[in-house]
Amino acid sequence: MNVGGDATKSVVVVGHGPTGHRLVEALRDGEGAGAWRVTVIGEEDRTAYDRVALTSYLTEDADLAYPAHDDGVEMVTGDAAVAVDREARVVRTASGREVGYDALVLATGSAPFVPPVPGKDLPGVFVYRTIDDLDALRAHCADLTSSRPGTGGVVVGGGLLGLEAARALQGLGVETHVVEVAPWLMPRQLDEGGGAMLRRHIEALDMHVHAGTPMAGLEAGEDGAVARVALSDGSAIEAGVVVFSAGVRPRDELARGCGLPVGERGGIVVDEHCRTADPAIYAVGECALVGGQVYGLVAPCFSMAEVVAGQLLAQAAGTDSPARFEGADLSTKLKLMGVDVASFGDPFAGPEQGALDVTYTDPLAGVYKRLIVSDDARTLIGGVLVGDAAAYPTLRAYIGAELPGSPEQVLFGGTEAAGGDLPGSTVICSCNNVSAETIRCAIRDDGLTDMGEVKSCTRAGSTCGSCVPLVKKLLDAELTAAGIEVSKALCEHFEHSRAELFDIVRVRGITTFTQLIAEHGQGRGCDICKPVVASILASLGNGHILEGEQAALQDTNDHFLANLQKNGTYSVVPRIPGGEITPDKLIVIGEVARDFGLYTKITGGQRIDLFGARVEQLPRIWKRLVDAGFESGHAYGKSLRTVKSCVGSTWCRFGVQDSVAMAILLELRYRGLRAPHKLKSAVSGCARECAEAQSKDFGVIATEQGWNLYIAGNGGMRPRHADLFASDLDDATLVRYIDRFLMFYIRTADRLQRTASWLEALEGGLDYLREVIVEDSLGICAELDAAMDRHVGAYSDEWRDTLEDPAKLGRFVSFVNAPDTPDPSIVFASERDQIKPVLVAGSRLEVAVR
Amino acid sequence: MTITPDLTTRAAAPGRAADARWHDVCALADLMPERGVAALVDGVQVAIFLTHEGGLHALANLDPFSGAQVISRGILGTRGGAPTVASPMFKQVFDLRTGACLDDPRVALPVFAVRRAPGDRVEVAVSDEHRR
Repeated sequence: MNVGGDATKSVVVVGHGPTGHRLVEALRDGEGAGAWRVTVIGEEDRTAYDRVALTSYLTEDADLAYPAHDDGVEMVTGDAAVAVDREARVVRTASGREVGYDALVLATGSAPFVPPVPGKDLPGVFVYRTIDDLDALRAHCADLTSSRPGTGGVVVGGGLLGLEAARALQGLGVETHVVEVAPWLMPRQLDEGGGAMLRRHIEALDMHVHAGTPMAGLEAGEDGAVARVALSDGSAIEAGVVVFSAGVRPRDELARGCGLPVGERGGIVVDEHCRTADPAIYAVGECALVGGQVYGLVAPCFSMAEVVAGQLLAQAAGTDSPARFEGADLSTKLKLMGVDVASFGDPFAGPEQGALDVTYTDPLAGVYKRLIVSDDARTLIGGVLVGDAAAYPTLRAYIGAELPGSPEQVLFGGTEAAGGDLPGSTVICSCNNVSAETIRCAIRDDGLTDMGEVKSCTRAGSTCGSCVPLVKKLLDAELTAAGIEVSKALCEHFEHSRAELFDIVRVRGITTFTQLIAEHGQGRGCDICKPVVASILASLGNGHILEGEQAALQDTNDHFLANLQKNGTYSVVPRIPGGEITPDKLIVIGEVARDFGLYTKITGGQRIDLFGARVEQLPRIWKRLVDAGFESGHAYGKSLRTVKSCVGSTWCRFGVQDSVAMAILLELRYRGLRAPHKLKSAVSGCARECAEAQSKDFGVIATEQGWNLYIAGNGGMRPRHADLFASDLDDATLVRYIDRFLMFYIRTADRLQRTASWLEALEGGLDYLREVIVEDSLGICAELDAAMDRHVGAYSDEWRDTLEDPAKLGRFVSFVNAPDTPDPSIVFASERDQIKPVLVAGSRLEVAVR
Repeated sequence: MTITPDLTTRAAAPGRAADARWHDVCALADLMPERGVAALVDGVQVAIFLTHEGGLHALANLDPFSGAQVISRGILGTRGGAPTVASPMFKQVFDLRTGACLDDPRVALPVFAVRRAPGDRVEVAVSDEHRR
């Protein structure tokens, strides 16, 4: 990508929220991106972060930062743009900076609306918009709960943002009241019945809801800070903290200041190309008034950003962009304090619009469902779901289309959309505005075959994830149509998936491949199913992996307990738990490498890899290592590799916990555990995260109170940031959660599926996993715990056991008829004072892509 | 670049070459069912396999795709009805009976004659052509 070296025009983006960030990303990713020099001016000290997930910053300590832009983008942060000189095409900032532009994009977002009530500026009154707001709120609540325990708090606004704020406030230890002017909660999305059901859920969480009662004013206490909220019905709520979350107003002051038209109730007026009255100036996101409407949801804001990026790229190429913003689907689905809430299409259409409604209420289960359909009950117009929103992705896709069954069928289970039947124009992913046709084309034209590829190619399902089941159905339908079998069969020998085979082996107590394939498969297996079965047998504890028939199932790495390299030699990695090693042991490794002439390299996992060992040398190398106290590092296995650590609180002046001790504990606990794929881990002793735990299958980061557990991270080809699974755990709970996480993964993952893609494919995702592991929703935790205890109890070093068994040792020969003759084809040259392999056997064939 | 060396595409006619001579290699008990061993026979590396059903097969140990002598370390199995070995390096599958690569029709491994001899010994025949 061209990073602007020969850029001829400059674009200035004012505002770096999610919309501004998306605009810059789209601009930099597009064809001809090099033509624009990009400058971003943001008033916050930090660059863009995920405002949609703001509450998780408080409740889960989540890192919300969006990825940084590439180096070609100039970032100005902590400096607000204060004026635009349209004549000179210059933006001025608060610090006096002047930035010239050829195109200017206003992405200034919106500001919280604070109604003009008495006392609104008292200390203790907050808004809920930025990370700074949240930091201030948290600090105040910490003071409040320690100095005046039991004091309540009030959130003004019972809409989407208000309820988010209420959850955060309650999470900060404050007894929480929600005050809403309208007669029910979430009046913009829900009808009265839905609002009432939501209220029951919220009240069950020990929150107080005051709906239909406007606020009269805020009153100060003796210390001058807010102490009371007076309602219009004469009652009052004692409150040491008040959060205004009663809607937002567009930040259009820059536009006003330079004479651009704004709407009556705010918002910078733009056309369908998101262009203001000045053709050099665009406005996108919550500050823009397009088609007479301001959009507050992230999806339409992203669409506007894409539209403008398209315009700019087309301009640079000297063409016209057809990109235009054509309104947006305002359907929403969210989980509010554990309650599913969804609203789609037009949930307020009534008989006057020729609409009928079908309503279902189950007060016991807390479920409310309402579908609005055309008067022939065939076309879906809109609806509301509270308490159970599983049908949302399907229903939303059918808006304006004929329903696949009667409204009752659709409401009660018959909602399985045949993904293949959806009209092409149906927007499947509303967050990223991806249609069914776009997804189908991508699958067909780019030959995509799995969800990960579809997500990264089309962005569908990559934001809120609610459409993932639907995208999966489209994928399956498309693959089936293309004649690609959507089979979960492992290979031609087993019609089962790995997870199914695992259950068969576990439940039936099968201990040999021969029995398994005779009873549940066909043929004699292959290089796919044999290692899978070997791994399953090993996970379930069937002794040494080279014992009896198991030896024949192992891939060459497991068969020789070493890693095959390109010239037929192997590499050797002794375990160095947590990366901690004594000088004496270090010297032994050095001596072994020197004596056997091995190439040595430090690995990324804080171990030492010794390369160039011939098969017949392996036992002698390992004899020396085992005698010195080393054991197998399982670098060759689909099993735990290493638990990396930083130096931790013992030495580091910033460390808050002993990360090395924890890493060693975890590495010794899970060493040798066979899994569907390799497992990597790390422990960091403080939030600086020097061990890079968030890129591991399970990562642990120390906190003042204990440990935060992160899961399903990945480096490698498709990096994935790990998800925070649980916070401030004590040692025992941490270990138990990891036990269960690993065992559940081992039971249910596909062959060669790392934890990252396993979690992404897991229906219900992280929330579901928490239910399984923390709340034992499947009732299997005792089994998982017992399985891990068995593993830990039965662990034995594979190399020590091999050295003690002449039968196993007998296989480590170069030639069956000349056991001590080295393979004459293994030849080394020298490079940087070490050996390197030379292939003498002739040219290598091109490897066909399989 | 795609190169197909002559040597790898030509399957030998097992045991029929006039100059072929049987070599004692090992005891049958040295072979593990569904696993291979390498043998050095007159300077030629041979991979010898014992199938689940007790069948003996011998192929060149040289993997033409990687250039490494590793075929003996592959996993045995079946594809359709054919007994197979998969190269441990890049996983191409070969028919144990013909040496034909089932994933790449351009390639076949040389096949050697192999037999069970009196005293439960295993013998392999190597011709001059293989020794050259």
